[in-house]
Amino acid sequence: MHTSLSKIEKIATEYTSRMKGFQKIIRICTGTGCVSSGALRVHDGLQKAIDSEGLSEKVLIKKTGCHGLCERGPIVVFGNEEILYQAVGKRKIEEDIHLLISTIKYNKTAENLLYKGTDKTKRYVSSREIPFYSGQTRLVLALNGIIDPEEIEDYIAHGGYRALAKALTMERDEIINWIEKSGLRGKGGGGFPTGLKWRSCKESDGFPKFVLANGDEGDPGAFMDRSLMEGNPHAVIEGMIIGAYAIGANQGYIYVRDEYPLAVERLSKAISHAEELGFLGKNILNTGFDFHIGIFRGGGAFVCGESTALMTSIEGKAGEPRAKYIHTVEKGLWEKPTNLNNVETWASIPEIINRGWEWFASIGTEKSKGTKVFSLVGKVNNTGLVEVPMGMTLREIIFGLGGGIQGGKKFKAVQTGGPSGGCIPEQYLDMPVDFDSLTGLGSMMGSGGMIVMDERNCMVDVARYFLKFLVEESCGKCVPCREGVRRMYEIVDRISTGKGREEDIAHLEELGKAVQIGSLCGLGQSAPNPVLSTLKYFHDEYVLHIKEKRCPAGVCKELIKFTIVPEKCTGCMRCASECPVKCITGEKKQVHEINQSRCIKCGTCYDVCRFDAVKIE
Amino acid sequence: MEVNKEKISTIINKYKKDRAYLLAIFQDVQREYRYLPKEAIQYICNELNIPESKGFEVATFYKALSLTPRGKHTIHVCLGTACHLRGGPNILDTFERELKIKKGETTTDGIFTLESVNCLGACALAPLVRVGEKDFGKTTSSIVHDIIQEFKTGA
Amino acid sequence: MDVEFTINGKRVLASKGETILDVARREGFVIPSLCHHEVLGSDGRCRLCVVEVQRGKRKRIVTSCLYTAENGIEVFTESPDVQLVRKTVLELLLARCPEAETIQYLARQYGVHDTRYVKDKDKGKCILCGICVRTCETIVGVTALSMSGKGPLKKVTTPFDEPSSVCIGCGACVIACPTGHIYMEDNNGIRTIWRKKFELAKCPKCGRYHAPLEQLEYIAKKSGTSLDELLICQDCK
Repeated sequence: MHTSLSKIEKIATEYTSRMKGFQKIIRICTGTGCVSSGALRVHDGLQKAIDSEGLSEKVLIKKTGCHGLCERGPIVVFGNEEILYQAVGKRKIEEDIHLLISTIKYNKTAENLLYKGTDKTKRYVSSREIPFYSGQTRLVLALNGIIDPEEIEDYIAHGGYRALAKALTMERDEIINWIEKSGLRGKGGGGFPTGLKWRSCKESDGFPKFVLANGDEGDPGAFMDRSLMEGNPHAVIEGMIIGAYAIGANQGYIYVRDEYPLAVERLSKAISHAEELGFLGKNILNTGFDFHIGIFRGGGAFVCGESTALMTSIEGKAGEPRAKYIHTVEKGLWEKPTNLNNVETWASIPEIINRGWEWFASIGTEKSKGTKVFSLVGKVNNTGLVEVPMGMTLREIIFGLGGGIQGGKKFKAVQTGGPSGGCIPEQYLDMPVDFDSLTGLGSMMGSGGMIVMDERNCMVDVARYFLKFLVEESCGKCVPCREGVRRMYEIVDRISTGKGREEDIAHLEELGKAVQIGSLCGLGQSAPNPVLSTLKYFHDEYVLHIKEKRCPAGVCKELIKFTIVPEKCTGCMRCASECPVKCITGEKKQVHEINQSRCIKCGTCYDVCRFDAVKIE
Repeated sequence: MEVNKEKISTIINKYKKDRAYLLAIFQDVQREYRYLPKEAIQYICNELNIPESKGFEVATFYKALSLTPRGKHTIHVCLGTACHLRGGPNILDTFERELKIKKGETTTDGIFTLESVNCLGACALAPLVRVGEKDFGKTTSSIVHDIIQEFKTGA
Repeated sequence: MDVEFTINGKRVLASKGETILDVARREGFVIPSLCHHEVLGSDGRCRLCVVEVQRGKRKRIVTSCLYTAENGIEVFTESPDVQLVRKTVLELLLARCPEAETIQYLARQYGVHDTRYVKDKDKGKCILCGICVRTCETIVGVTALSMSGKGPLKKVTTPFDEPSSVCIGCGACVIACPTGHIYMEDNNGIRTIWRKKFELAKCPKCGRYHAPLEQLEYIAKKSGTSLDELLICQDCK
């Protein structure tokens, strides 16, 4: 044992001292978000500039994983969070690279690249000062943005694989005991106590056993798992090895969404590196414990995020779920005892082993321990990923970390839990975010999607959106979901197009309940949640659509009309130039007019007019 | 159509002829032909000893697989929640109008297939469009034309 | 018989591993079902056989065809939630398959006389119970059928909607189908089923056309019985 631990320490020491050899280390985020904003071009450009300045021996550029503030990418960080530059290279890449070189050579901070919040006069230098980051408690995402996910030595230098070495000296029951006492609950949506799941699997009869990681993050609006798999794949792997050892499994699989090719690539590389160093494979760290991890890619089916459907998919079949009267920990993959956890749950394991269960249990609320990563998106100023302790309120997350509603508009609702969740209105903003509070409100934590909506979002449209999504993603196996969800969609669609009937609301509630209790799997069982929660909290909005054929938020196209108010129009021509179908006519400084027959009701003119001259009728 | 049985066998062997990897085999073969030809499905089922009906079931269940030829470039317009709220549907409409095809269809010149996708996981950059390996964040209707041009000329 | 529990208040006994449905029917309780098959069992598609199971304070709706009887549970076959699911399923199926007499009959029995939904015209009488698929796979053994697509587009078909190379035209799927959805026609010595035409064998004794030649060839191969013997129809044997 000593030999293995000292080997790990040696790798860490060597890497750290190699890093110390550089005068400056610059980290560029290469998560999917920043890459789409041009991060790789920035990286290549900067490397070229550094080489030509003869600084390659002194300055190292590292490609890191997702920081979470994707909206402001590409993100470049100097040193240990000393300076954070945002939107680097978005407009003038050569200029920005020049500014980066200035910072390197002369320690000159480029003001224009610094982050500024809603108060446009204040600029933040270090990420530690930015409220978006300072309010977070980054445990699972701790190393995101710091390490290069493709260098296992970097992970080790920052404490990686110590937990594995320690766990392999513990009794299997003791490990499970720690996880139980930590209070860790599943981060994929169910919130099931992880320790209990592990114990049930360990105690099940059957061989071989399997451990699975659910990386099929399908909730639209959620990208926590993507960030984690791309930015710190080793945390997931280390957690899985520890779990497999405790449970008694020798084979594991990570099921990754097809839409996350970078995550698949990073995980594959991480697995090979781990194998090379003996953390995976036969006789791990000389303990006689064998464990291999394979990767399965999804095929674009949301339902495969459901545990039994995921297993069916791994078996090479169509991803249809099955009844869970017999739990998968007893009969799962190929009818063998299988322990499935979300990737975020697996990534939480190493620190619990490193720092102890008491430490973990000291964070969060009584029944929801630890932290949770949320994807805060929608109409909020700071969109991105945040990791917070359970129990932080919605207000603190949305208005504190999130910086409030974009454009100074009014908060209307926050949708949590994706298509399985519900919309929470203003009166519950001071609700602590934890598993049970959210469920109590008719929503759920789900995988962590948190979509903020303002007065320009129509709740009937939101319900319609989620129903449409679920109609397409339903596997079609059982009647209540296959038939019931599409009929619910038909009703809500009628309401949103002005053909609602008085009996529709009661009908939706009745049908919704039947689908909730009658469906075979979680997809169907939670499909009515968006409709039922919006009916509960935004009842009047539905009534307006049905009785008055009106959409107060100005969204439902058949019910609205955009017109220009002559008294307010200054003839600035902005609406006409932005209109995607060019249906607005008017001379400069003359009142403009919208051609109703060609208008596609996209609302761009309303959104861009600076004089409040566009009206929604 | 004639499929290259050797090429397909190589793919099957890469996955050690394990039928659990049927989906992965289909995806890799699709990458070769830009769709999953009927003859390929039949050959694969034969090699793996799977009834053709089960292979067909898998091939038609997963959205990632297509039994009809796809364009040289597939344009994926994200319609995830964040993208929906930030104008994703309008972007899709604009593509439909410019390319003169509907979602799921391929242009007659075989260059573009237009698809919607339910969340690419880059929600902070909504609305997102992915063409091949390139992502375009914060797209607007005016950029649609530029995206089409970029891939048309590169074709 | 070491499992003891109650159904609608009545004490019943079961063997280990028996489903609630089997026990209930044996005890004379009426529970409707569509996708459950005597021999093939079920995989819980129709949800019509749901019952309410109470254990301590916990109540849940489960499909009785798959839920194994447990000691001490209380089962209710007519609770308000059970009736809600049942009626909803039947109303939804009436809209999906408005021409299916089996569904109409069953629905009427449970007080569902009409459907509020727009009736489908393209689903025939198929309720996607999957019995035909399982019959072909498990009982006949040729696996000519499967369910393609997903969600509302899901349908039972032969690969690529084309005549199946492995279908032997036996018609077992037709007999097993609870709604009579599958089309099969015998005409002038030719059987048409699943878009494929089969030459029917003529009995050498009475001259009647009885079974597809392909079916008899298949049976001959599987069972070792000679084809000549199989050509003789059942009546003349």
